[in-house]
Amino acid sequence: MDEEGPRGGNVVNNFTLGHLIHWFTTAAHWSGPDGIPNRVFEHVLISVESVTIAAAIALPVGMYVGHRRKGEFIAVTTANVGRAVPSFALLVLVFTIMLRILPANLAYGFGPGVVTLTLLGIPPILTNTIVGIQGVDADTVEAARGMGFREREVLSRLELPLAMPLIMGGVRTAALQIVATATLIALIGGGGLGTYIVGGIAQSDTVQTIAGAALVALLALFTEFGLALVERRVTPRHTRTPRRWRRIQPAAGIAPPTPVGL
Amino acid sequence: MTVIAEPFIQWSWIFAHGHEMWTYTLQHLVLTVVPVVAGLAISLPLGILAQRHRRLYNPVIWIAGFLYTIPSLALFVLLIPLTGLSLTPVEIALTTYTLLILIRNIVTGIDEVPAEVVDAATGMGLTRRQTLWRVQIPLAMPAIMAGVRVATVSTIGLVTVGAIIGRGGLGQFITDGLQILFTTEILLGAVLSVLLAVLADAGLLGLQRLITPWTRKALAGATS
Repeated sequence: MDEEGPRGGNVVNNFTLGHLIHWFTTAAHWSGPDGIPNRVFEHVLISVESVTIAAAIALPVGMYVGHRRKGEFIAVTTANVGRAVPSFALLVLVFTIMLRILPANLAYGFGPGVVTLTLLGIPPILTNTIVGIQGVDADTVEAARGMGFREREVLSRLELPLAMPLIMGGVRTAALQIVATATLIALIGGGGLGTYIVGGIAQSDTVQTIAGAALVALLALFTEFGLALVERRVTPRHTRTPRRWRRIQPAAGIAPPTPVGL
Repeated sequence: MTVIAEPFIQWSWIFAHGHEMWTYTLQHLVLTVVPVVAGLAISLPLGILAQRHRRLYNPVIWIAGFLYTIPSLALFVLLIPLTGLSLTPVEIALTTYTLLILIRNIVTGIDEVPAEVVDAATGMGLTRRQTLWRVQIPLAMPAIMAGVRVATVSTIGLVTVGAIIGRGGLGQFITDGLQILFTTEILLGAVLSVLLAVLADAGLLGLQRLITPWTRKALAGATS
């Protein structure tokens, strides 16, 4: 990891697809704490926990701010800050800060991992929730109030269902970013599939490094397609994003259309 | 219990490493500009083609979205067999990440040029190529530049990850700092990277205002 040069060149020359197949068919790589099943489990567990905590924080705040219709500034700012802060830098910073204030056994790995991944997951969910709810037609909301809806009902029966496509898009973006960044927690001893990559680079084991990268890529694609299916399930049919819009929106959207243009 | 006696930020260390700050920042800038320019060079023809031939749009976006989904460290590593352990795979991977944002914004930008304007251009005797370069692309510029800004800011963040497999850029402060658990160095890398992203974004916004003076007038008209 320190020097590029002859070492890197040698390793690369030795790599073939056969090595990769051999790595994946070696029984030892499928059992124990460093086996593929356990690493996938660690990776998925920390990701699910982080997405859940991020949603538990960002959804209520986003609903409140969006319902009050004063969220443009907050939405745009969180989106921009979320994009400008590099996830790698954030992870390492959170880690060193926790190392200072916590006992070492708590400061390594899982703890700073969850904190960082949660922080990364909040901006997309918050921004999309605010933009989605605020985007609900003001006349429609007035009409609902006129029909005797209470504020709580306006939110739960009108704004939330209509904002659902955007909110789900935000959750999906957050989840994908979290799964991707969870690869890096191996650098601070947090386990997960990144362990193969980080360990592989440290030991100049190209086969293991690439096998780890392939697993990470597969997990990310699996997450993306899985969440796309969930999104279709939970989005009320009549509020699904029109085809025309879906074109403008990112497949793995980093932000809803509005903030991108600002 | 870990005991770290040193203060959170050692200002003296920062002042003593001005030369490195400068070098890494310049490297970081180059490492960012290369993929964004390369991405634009690929996206512009692809975007124009996909805008004209609608059938191409979905496959192009699907492939770009597929590449975009693969996490950065994984894509860097997957390219190593082709390139060797250096920053070359990082540059290739970062180029592919810009494609989704750029192509989408180019197509949307050209789509949103009013049909009457294109008709008028044709009526004035402009060929299809002239209409594209003199009317459609300039009018699509705000959308294209918005895409360039998003692509640049996210590339600046991802270049830091590149320091895990190669040497260079502000990520070097972060990986070096992590090895010796030195907060000052890590914080310096993070702050400079965010600063670079903010400045690049502001710079590109200024550039956009400069090359599309009519949007500036429209904006001034709207506010006054």
